[in-house]
Amino acid sequence: MNNRLLLWVPLALFAFIADLAGYMLTQEKDQFVESTMIGQPLPDFALKPAFAGLPGAAKADFTGKPRLLNIWASWCLPCIAEAPQLEALKAQGVEIVGIAIRDRPEDVANFLARHGNPYVRIGADDISEVQLAIGSSGVPETFVIDAKGVIRYQHIGDIRPEHVKLLLAELEKAK
Amino acid sequence: MIAEIGLAALWLAAALAVLQMISGAFALKAGEGEVNPLAIYARPAAVVQAGLAVLAFAMLLWAFATTDLSIKLVATNSHSMKPLIYKITGTWGNHEGSMLLWVGVLALSGGLLAAFERRLPERTISATLAVQGFVALGFYAFLLLSSNPFERLPVPAIEGVGLNPLLQDIGLAIHPPTLYAGYVGLSVAFSLAMGALLTREVNPAFARVMRRWVLGAWVLLTLGITAGSYWAYYELGWGGWWFWDPVENASLMPWLAATALMHSVSVLAARDALRTWTIMLGVLAFSMSMLGTFLVRSGVLTSVHAFAVDPERGAFILGLLGLYIGGAFTIFALRAGAVAEGKRFAAISREGALVFNNVMLSAILAIVLLGTLYPLVTEAFDVRVSVGPPYFNPASAMFAVPMFLVMAVGPLLRWKDDSPKRLKIEAMVIAALLIGAIALVSFFGQFPFLPLLGLGLAAALAVAAFLPLRGRALARVPLATWGMVLAHFGVAVSLFGMACEGAFTEERLAAVAVGGTEQVGGFSATLQSVTPVAGPNWTALEARLAVSEDGGEPVILTPQARSFWSPPQSTSESALLTRWDGQLYAVIGNQAADGRWQIRMWWKPFVTFIWYGGLLIALGGILAIIGRVQVEAKRRRASAIGDERRAGLAALGAEPVPAE
Repeated sequence: MNNRLLLWVPLALFAFIADLAGYMLTQEKDQFVESTMIGQPLPDFALKPAFAGLPGAAKADFTGKPRLLNIWASWCLPCIAEAPQLEALKAQGVEIVGIAIRDRPEDVANFLARHGNPYVRIGADDISEVQLAIGSSGVPETFVIDAKGVIRYQHIGDIRPEHVKLLLAELEKAK
Repeated sequence: MIAEIGLAALWLAAALAVLQMISGAFALKAGEGEVNPLAIYARPAAVVQAGLAVLAFAMLLWAFATTDLSIKLVATNSHSMKPLIYKITGTWGNHEGSMLLWVGVLALSGGLLAAFERRLPERTISATLAVQGFVALGFYAFLLLSSNPFERLPVPAIEGVGLNPLLQDIGLAIHPPTLYAGYVGLSVAFSLAMGALLTREVNPAFARVMRRWVLGAWVLLTLGITAGSYWAYYELGWGGWWFWDPVENASLMPWLAATALMHSVSVLAARDALRTWTIMLGVLAFSMSMLGTFLVRSGVLTSVHAFAVDPERGAFILGLLGLYIGGAFTIFALRAGAVAEGKRFAAISREGALVFNNVMLSAILAIVLLGTLYPLVTEAFDVRVSVGPPYFNPASAMFAVPMFLVMAVGPLLRWKDDSPKRLKIEAMVIAALLIGAIALVSFFGQFPFLPLLGLGLAAALAVAAFLPLRGRALARVPLATWGMVLAHFGVAVSLFGMACEGAFTEERLAAVAVGGTEQVGGFSATLQSVTPVAGPNWTALEARLAVSEDGGEPVILTPQARSFWSPPQSTSESALLTRWDGQLYAVIGNQAADGRWQIRMWWKPFVTFIWYGGLLIALGGILAIIGRVQVEAKRRRASAIGDERRAGLAALGAEPVPAE
């Protein structure tokens, strides 16, 4: 340790590591797991109604025009946050099919009464089978399904006001 | 109100950290042996700051215990239906809460230092507290400006979203607080090192004060790592006990540095050697704690249990790191040249062995650091790689093996200068054990090289650990020596467990129909049923496995595949059957199309010794602390008596006897 230059080595090493970490922090990162199902037809499913007011959901419902498939649950906080956006999409004439994950009929009814009901049908996915089959990793998630039942686009997380336009554009593309 | 009290306490604590920093810094304006009158506020500021930080944490704890859903952090991380224990542990099972815990422990250790440490020159303590206040301030700023744990929701949530099910485990109640206390205990070592460097008081008295904090932090780190490893072992359901995961490495790196520091600070305390090296390790150990926190918290690294956090926070922590670590190493580079190296010693001596082990530990640290950061380097060039056991195991073994060998002999050497001839018999015993154990095991079968070497080393080390007691009156051996013996023996025990797990584990992966039987390592397991069961916030498929050993009475094991519904996630709960000589580890997987269940079983001989060893190492550390405190108390009593005598002699007009 006689050489005074040696004393600067720790600082130099640290500077290198810090630079590297700083560089990595500024890089865009894929935060989300994208479904490998994009471009694939929906898997076969037929779910019973999630509550008494609306019919259940099945693969067969996705014909004729593009629709949104919204995966949600009454116990999910971001789902409350995205409720107004779903209403806005409905107002634009978009048909939204809901799939309620691990939910109870009374909670679903409660949620819809409180936050509005943008859905035309809601299927009850009590064991996440459909959710897993279409490659969704959490709630809420929204898929654009085209007129032939093919998954065209996946939106992970809640739909914020700025996403509404984007989803409408994706629906337009899927025509 | 609760959240507002917590937030106010946090702001006040930050203000006091500023006072502590400025007041303490005045100490540097005074000459050696003097105290600047403005420096006297550092101690009270540190004590009150500690109280306020603890208060803030208590408020958050209260909010979580009562599931106050008007607080954003509670709403996003808790749920009213969660069992109370997990509501409480949920306080620190998230980013903001764990950072508050971190700051709380930091302030508390600063407060303890301020309240009780009276042996160092006041000037050094003030400088140390200034550094401690500076460190705390950065983390208060981080909490208050970018991670406020007390943020309110505009409208209270009707229900919380839950807590990551992986974290709903008793392991989480113990693991992070222990680890954090260890991390942050090293902050005191860091501040002391900087304080001593700034006031040029790097000497044995300083080392004795620092040693206690290093030992304490090291014991807590050891316990935290041991608990974390066992948690990963039974909770993740993967059957392994160490994955070289970035988050695991984040706690291993400060431990390696702290282990080196603990040995080097002992040399400084006992022999007044290794001054610069000890200061360097003091800075390095806490730097590794902070770097670990950064890597885990910034989202820069991906890991099974890293906490995804936005890059803005990452940038903030990186800024803090630059300030603290960069600043400390700059001061080190500027000042350390002025610190005399201390007493000289021969290569073959107790000091020599300790230096060797220090270098080996640092080399292992460098290897772990390199392996952890390497994926980052390649990612910068758009290549994604993951570095795993194939790199870490042999690379770290390359330095661990010589370290274990020297560790067996080191404690037998004399201070300052020794000759290898004196230890001829001991060295031969150790070598014979090493070779004998390897020969014996390889005779019984084909085993991979590393576990085999591990077994031989474990045998040699186990015996060598007790050699320092040879020929001594056991009742008069100092407690600190017992601590060392026990800790070194613990290393042997852990090493034995690791080697056995590596060499003798038997694995069975089978598809079993209900009623079917599978064999693994002397056990036969019959799948009696698979039934749904429900917990407070999860449902699960539970298998009943009737396990019997050599046709004896069957024991029922119940591994589960759990589904949590808030947030939805599946986990695998392993079932363990513990015998003194190992564990049977069972996991249930998916159901195949034909109705059979995937069952995975491992027989892991002596795997539990890995964690028993960890506990022994920590126990050794605790004994060493108690021993040091006792010796210190005795010395103080003796010097008080000496003072009286000198005063008495002076009164009689006699020549004063020089102290010590």
